[in-house]
Amino acid sequence: MPERRRTGKPKVAVFKFASCDGCQLSLLDAEEELLDVASAIDIAYFPEASRRMIRGPYDIGIVEGSITTPHDVERIRDIRKSSAALITIGACATAGGIQALRNWKDIKNYVHIVYASPEYVSTLDRSLPVGSFVHVDYELRGCPINKYQLIEVINAFLNKRKPNVYTHSVCVDCKLKGTTCVMVSRGEPCLGPVTQSGCGAICPSFNRGCYGCFGPMEFPNTAALAAQLKELGETKFDIQLAFRTFNAYADAFRKESEAHEQ
Amino acid sequence: MSNRAVKVDYLARVEGEGSLLVRMKDGSVSDVKFRIFEPPRFFEAFLRGRKYSEAPDITARICGICPIAYQMSSVHAMEYAFGVKVGGQLRELRRLLYCGEWIESHALHIYMLHAPDFLGYDDAIQLAVDHPDAVRRGLRLKKAGNDLVAVLAGREIHPINVRVGGFYKLPRRRDFDEILEKLKRARDEAYETVLWTATLPFPDFEYDYEFVALSHPDEYPFNEGKIVSNKGLTIDVREYELVFHERHVPYSNALQSTIKSPRPAEQQTSTTDGRGAYLTGPLARYNLNFEKLSPLAKKAAEEAKAKPPILNPFKSITVRAVEALYACDEAIRIIENYEPPAEAAVRYEVRPGFGFGCTEAPRGILYHRYLIGADGLIKDAKIVPPTAQNQRMIETDLRNFVTSNIQMSKQDLTLRCEQLVRNYDPCISCATHFLKLDISEETVT
Repeated sequence: MPERRRTGKPKVAVFKFASCDGCQLSLLDAEEELLDVASAIDIAYFPEASRRMIRGPYDIGIVEGSITTPHDVERIRDIRKSSAALITIGACATAGGIQALRNWKDIKNYVHIVYASPEYVSTLDRSLPVGSFVHVDYELRGCPINKYQLIEVINAFLNKRKPNVYTHSVCVDCKLKGTTCVMVSRGEPCLGPVTQSGCGAICPSFNRGCYGCFGPMEFPNTAALAAQLKELGETKFDIQLAFRTFNAYADAFRKESEAHEQ
Repeated sequence: MSNRAVKVDYLARVEGEGSLLVRMKDGSVSDVKFRIFEPPRFFEAFLRGRKYSEAPDITARICGICPIAYQMSSVHAMEYAFGVKVGGQLRELRRLLYCGEWIESHALHIYMLHAPDFLGYDDAIQLAVDHPDAVRRGLRLKKAGNDLVAVLAGREIHPINVRVGGFYKLPRRRDFDEILEKLKRARDEAYETVLWTATLPFPDFEYDYEFVALSHPDEYPFNEGKIVSNKGLTIDVREYELVFHERHVPYSNALQSTIKSPRPAEQQTSTTDGRGAYLTGPLARYNLNFEKLSPLAKKAAEEAKAKPPILNPFKSITVRAVEALYACDEAIRIIENYEPPAEAAVRYEVRPGFGFGCTEAPRGILYHRYLIGADGLIKDAKIVPPTAQNQRMIETDLRNFVTSNIQMSKQDLTLRCEQLVRNYDPCISCATHFLKLDISEETVT
């Protein structure tokens, strides 16, 4: 274990790659828990929240964002070396994020669309999850993550136990909440049957179908869902787009979207 | 002391990854760079070919701090393209949602990102050791904003209830019972926040800024209004690109926004032509729209001796507090007058063409422009976030401040320069898909 400073508390670091900052913000959004969490751990490196930047090694490294540049590849390897446990948080870090939509396009073209002088932009062809480059000890899903799940995962690692995070589908949560199925009752396309729980099944309770922001559940039957979406009148293009959003490059969603390419 | 430099490799307590460098030579400032090394994410590129209806949820992912701003600018742009107007209670609910984001974002910035600078702490956790009541008040205020967003739109980060035309689901009156009580407490705490921030030590620094903000005849601006400035600018949102220009400045490797000459030739004078850098955000909104604030917000401003004009950017912390107070007040007004409308969204027909939207993100005006095809797919997208617009002003502030404080110790000067950048509550994650970057230097970890 890394040497603990005078506090004797475990050192935790928060790192950012290509992302919107929303997942690390979840930690600051835990308003009622923040000061308690901060008293149990030493937040040694968390630039969004503090000027104090303590060098590693760290007991836990928390990583937000996807890997999109050659420089980032080097950086994530260094972070892995300095973190006893490495936890990735959010759809960017665990699946490449919305920016992984570039993975199906010619990146040179993309750079031209956004930047007037493309020669200055250094970027990889693909946006990939952290796990494509280094070993990850735990992946916490969501776009954004659920802040209570984050606190649970940190707690579990500090106490050397398995995090209590469900991997069942959003459908189970709708049943638990008593939400009427939007697909059955209103013919609304919904990714709930193949999407991992964690958000609290909010979209169906707001009269809309799940759009899969927590990524694929364990063993999803995406082909069966795609067939059902077709029954509801969705075109191949609709189905392709539905699977190609914030977790587009997660294996199960990637394959299903590619099966509906025209 | 011929050659000196202030250098911060990784700016803390801002959203995203940036650095600053100020070089001094023979007693004057020779170079200023506010750099962005956050990697690009190419939103404008991958929006092409997506459905118009996906824009609110996709563009929300540009920023986890101000997703509602992205949702609002995008739906207003689409509605412009389709020729629909969202009015009545649906319009009020959109203002209500924005109130939640302003409260949450401003409380985060005031207490967790900005206040530690004034009182000499590294972060809010350290600040809480000596000022526990203040930090807890800030956290409660922030939570009230977040809770409001969650009640109305499902969750605080990347909320799920916003669509073109209105909402997916309307709240019932009783859904607001609990949050209304919280907002009333938050309003008191926001008032205390205004007075508390006014006691902070402010460096002596002012500048004759060109302030740019939305302005609406009947209300403090959130979603609608003309784009105006204190130096004679008044344009419709659709004229944005005629007046604001993004240019490539070689020394900073960044595209920066500047004001071109104003549109009508007859208005061009020496004071309103070729003006360059401008400031958007709370300071601009406040100086341009103070009269539209609620009586309570104005009273707090008066008590804090913070009525406009405020030309000291360090005092933006008090302005954010007044705006947070106004947002609490406005949210309470909207909830107390709320009658659920007949439908959650107005009906519209998709039609091809350009759509323009500009709304007031917590950090300033956020411009979206889309070209929609007959098939409802996005053909082209342009997004200009507030931090991209403020970038040049940030560099100007750094240059001016260092020039007049060149004798200050390097340590103090570094702290002040960081604080100057934080005055803008910059959101580098927002700006990045748009800015040039230079990854080769100022590396991290």
